[in-house]
Amino acid sequence: MTIIDFQGVSKIYRRHGGPRLLREHIKDWLGQDPSRDFYALRDVSFTVEKGERLAIVGPNGAGKSTTLSLIAGLSVPERGSVTVHGRISALLELGSGFHPDLTGIENIKLNASLLGFSRRQTLDLMDSIVDFSGIGDFVREPLRTYSTGMIMRLAFSVAVNLDPDILITDEILTVGDAPFQEKCLARIHDLSASGKTIVSVSHNPATLKMLCDRAIWLHQGQIVMDGPASEVLSAYAGSAPVPA
Amino acid sequence: MNWKGDYFFVIRNLVLKDFRIRYRNMSLGMFWSLLNPLVMLGVLVFVFTKIFPNPIPSFPVFVLCGLVPFNFFSVAWGSSTTSVVDSAALIKRVPFPREIVPIASVLSTTVHLAMQILLILVFALLYHKTPNIYWLWLPVVWGFAIIFVCGLGLIFSGINVYLRDTRYIVESTTQVLFWLVPIFYSFSIIPLRFRDIYQLNPIAALVLAQRNIILDAKAPPVTLLWKFFISSFAVFGIGLLTFHRLKRRFYNYL
Repeated sequence: MTIIDFQGVSKIYRRHGGPRLLREHIKDWLGQDPSRDFYALRDVSFTVEKGERLAIVGPNGAGKSTTLSLIAGLSVPERGSVTVHGRISALLELGSGFHPDLTGIENIKLNASLLGFSRRQTLDLMDSIVDFSGIGDFVREPLRTYSTGMIMRLAFSVAVNLDPDILITDEILTVGDAPFQEKCLARIHDLSASGKTIVSVSHNPATLKMLCDRAIWLHQGQIVMDGPASEVLSAYAGSAPVPA
Repeated sequence: MNWKGDYFFVIRNLVLKDFRIRYRNMSLGMFWSLLNPLVMLGVLVFVFTKIFPNPIPSFPVFVLCGLVPFNFFSVAWGSSTTSVVDSAALIKRVPFPREIVPIASVLSTTVHLAMQILLILVFALLYHKTPNIYWLWLPVVWGFAIIFVCGLGLIFSGINVYLRDTRYIVESTTQVLFWLVPIFYSFSIIPLRFRDIYQLNPIAALVLAQRNIILDAKAPPVTLLWKFFISSFAVFGIGLLTFHRLKRRFYNYL
């Protein structure tokens, strides 16, 4: 069953993030600001089947995060179509939606509700989320008293315990200490074993090789290579060094 | 976006978040939401009884009936207008229905509103306005007002993403409206030819209805209620449609 379907997708940004002020809009209408379009993705097509573990690799600016934002339904393509089935748990940036003045528990509730969970489901899952994070009594303290690692653990615990159909991770497995990283990887393996789809972006080939069975290599918004993770990752590693 | 969550739970959490963030760092807590109207009330009563004397009876209650709706309107409209831009981090990272953001922002201000309505009722009792059956109209007219401001919030928060000057337009407009909503003068001294325009303003309608209920102890006129009802729901509907069109490209502009 196809769970993610990209058909001829182009994502076009305006340079400078587009007009935001009245004078910029007026300039825009008067047509004084030519050549403003920037293709983050250009005519990209691929499909992901249920249960696949996909890695997306490529240098900075290749369109990886753009691809994730399209899968997550955060942005819409200017051309082509994106179809996604199922509940998505996106770890695009750790602790997005967390607020430093709220306690761990309050943040868990807020995040769970934003990810689509009812009050009942959230309360049922609360214990397993807190247990998994391993932050103990700190869950009753405001988030600003946490270390970066603790915030990361909490964010990850929420995302993986919420039973997503698709788990999207963007560079998140590079933080945290080794035992917790292992715990996360084990958890992702469990999710994958139970038929969940996983899409990961990382610059760490070792993690991706462990985590994924398929990889897509993007460069300047286009697919260079799409195939088994080991082949694509070796080809990518052997390609010209990434411009700084 | 196939989000099948619990709207009520999200709104509840966002409102609680605003409330907690605002009050956790304040020793006086909720008292702050009463201090501002009390100070304004004191100033207005001083100016319009000592400097420009006026014949309106129970003047403090009269002023509060205008001041509280205006305060709610200006704070709720202002904060909902910037709500989507202020929540950019969330909107760019978490796929949930964006409509929730401005609506939760308006509903957050209703916590203060509840305190301020209590203040009106306390003043009404102090001025020997005994509770009567028409007080049951108060939740109805306030409900219309909240729906109206949610509609405005949807429209202006969406526009504010593409046109960051919008918030300043909103701020200036509320300053002008302070004088054009009958806060410290009564509707009856407005020249006849301007009255229809006044009645079109739902906040003025709320002030009038509230004065009918509390000061005159009678039900608001039926035509006023109809106008208020229709304009509130119309603005809310327009808000939903506008926002729906605008939200598609939020990601690119936030």
